[in-house]
Amino acid sequence: MTFLRRSWWLHALVVAALLAAIPYSTITLPGVFDGPFNSPGVDQLLAVCLVFAGLSISYDLMFGYTGILSFGHGMYVTVGMYATTILVNHAGFGLWTSAAIGLAGAVIAAVALGAVALRVSGIGFAMVTLAFGQALSILVLSGSPQLTGGEQGQALRDDAVPSALAGVLNTPHLYWIAWAYLGACVAVVWGISASMPGKVMRALRDNERRVEVLGLNPYLFKLLSFVIASVLAAAGGVVYLLLLGGATPTVSTSDFALALLVMVVLGGSGRRWGAIVGGAVYAYASQSLTRLSGSSGVAALPGVVRGPLEQPLFLLGLAFVVIVLFVPGGITGLPARLRAMSGARSVEKEMSPGDLR
Amino acid sequence: MTTVVLLTITGLGVAALYFLVASGLSLIFGLMDVLNFAHGAFVTIGGYVGWSVANAVGGTPGLVLSCVAAIAAGAGVATLTELVVIRPLYRRPLDQVLATVGLGLAIPAAIQAGWGGDARTWNVPAWLSGTVTVAGAHIPAIRFILIVVAIVVLIGLATFLARTRAGLVVRAGVENRDMVGALGIDVRIAFTGMFALGGAAAGLAGALDGVYQGSVSPGDGTSLLIFAFVVVVLGRMGSIVGTAVAAAVVGLVQQFANYVSANLGSLSVVILLAIVLLARRRNLVGRPA
Repeated sequence: MTFLRRSWWLHALVVAALLAAIPYSTITLPGVFDGPFNSPGVDQLLAVCLVFAGLSISYDLMFGYTGILSFGHGMYVTVGMYATTILVNHAGFGLWTSAAIGLAGAVIAAVALGAVALRVSGIGFAMVTLAFGQALSILVLSGSPQLTGGEQGQALRDDAVPSALAGVLNTPHLYWIAWAYLGACVAVVWGISASMPGKVMRALRDNERRVEVLGLNPYLFKLLSFVIASVLAAAGGVVYLLLLGGATPTVSTSDFALALLVMVVLGGSGRRWGAIVGGAVYAYASQSLTRLSGSSGVAALPGVVRGPLEQPLFLLGLAFVVIVLFVPGGITGLPARLRAMSGARSVEKEMSPGDLR
Repeated sequence: MTTVVLLTITGLGVAALYFLVASGLSLIFGLMDVLNFAHGAFVTIGGYVGWSVANAVGGTPGLVLSCVAAIAAGAGVATLTELVVIRPLYRRPLDQVLATVGLGLAIPAAIQAGWGGDARTWNVPAWLSGTVTVAGAHIPAIRFILIVVAIVVLIGLATFLARTRAGLVVRAGVENRDMVGALGIDVRIAFTGMFALGGAAAGLAGALDGVYQGSVSPGDGTSLLIFAFVVVVLGRMGSIVGTAVAAAVVGLVQQFANYVSANLGSLSVVILLAIVLLARRRNLVGRPA
């Protein structure tokens, strides 16, 4: 058992080392990526995949590990992104100072909102967080166009971005920041999962009443999970901001908050690698599908076929329904599922992400 | 005074839309414990079907026909959703919710693929685009239609629940689903029926929302859905009168706050939600927590 556990970390180290080396590699994967791994375009795409993988595992800390269904996670990405942008552009602070203030703001917002919203449990919490997220989205889109840039979003002030992060040639640096962000998220989530609070969180997911009977306060552990996940999300918002060079209101929409859930379930919620794989696959698919729909091959197709292809959300939403219906456990659950099909052993029980109510 | 009258009637008009969407959500949740995220998609489908019919027929008959078509489309899609997606997941309540989330993302995206992301203008008959003068305030006629329709639906649903045998099964199912099943009643038929009924109300809401705004766009349903969620939480799940009262409160608070400052409306609704949650000592279905 200890050997098995150690092998997880070994896997993780190998994967991390391989990912870190990508900007040095000249390998090309025709059909998968537009150019070699060391080209800026591919690095940018992969960096977005890493950020989404990090956001996805931070969401899974709540959803898969604690059993909290939240639709307000995009809110904290928005807070990280917009607080930093506004402080840099309108208050004249430096980039890192702004990011630090933004993260501190996210902690306060997470404690305040979590304390209120966690008073309702299960599906009620999902609805309440969705409503709060919508209010923030409306504020971002039309609250104060001078501050947020409204629907256009807002580019970061040029002179605020360090020269090592500016320009196409420095894309590898951004890639490594995204890589470090994912590494930090994974370390935090796996670390918590192995700790005492993490065990209580999993127990909450499986049976909240039982935790209460043991004399522990479910509310506090849920709040802890919510706050940590939210701060990770806000940090992700800052990294995403650096990648894009500006703030975009898409992260505040309800579609983005729902997409985080799609990522986690796509990969397999509550599993060690599930959310990471799900986030990366989602980010890759949505970017490639957008690119694919602009290609000449697709433009030649009749409208009935081309229309849905131009809407990544349509294909991903549909894929999500299919996964939920037929492949509980997601992508990373597939091997175990196939093994179970060949053997007589059922893994259904192990894979259920826990009853929310 | 005229401003107060105008804001009150506008608020109640918006509340009527919220009620139409929230009543179905609330009953489906009360009966089946499924929070239906695809409900907004039903609204959008109703809106686009209604818009197409109104374009083809035109005038007042077109308006009536488009409402009927929207109701049929909403009910049809909802029934299909229940049979194909919800029923196979009967033993996995969380997955039911997740599947509806997927549909809620995919259906508006499909509509955007077919009809484009921009709003399509809905040509409303001349008599409906006029105003009615009440206590000196000029109020667009459509707002009265919304309020009247919502009241009719409220009375209809309340009568259905209180006076019919099917309504009795639904009310009993909200209280204790297993007991209803144990009495030998096939609850699954009630589930499908509830989805169809909720979908019909959502489709009607979609068409009326299109007439109210003078246009339809793919995101309409989702934005209505979010406020309908607030109404459902405030009004206690499974209670039709509670939903109606909550819808009226949310609509009025939103309109009056919007009058003070353009974006205060949505914010004040969310603050209202937070206050009620803090003050409330009972859970969503109204049983002691």
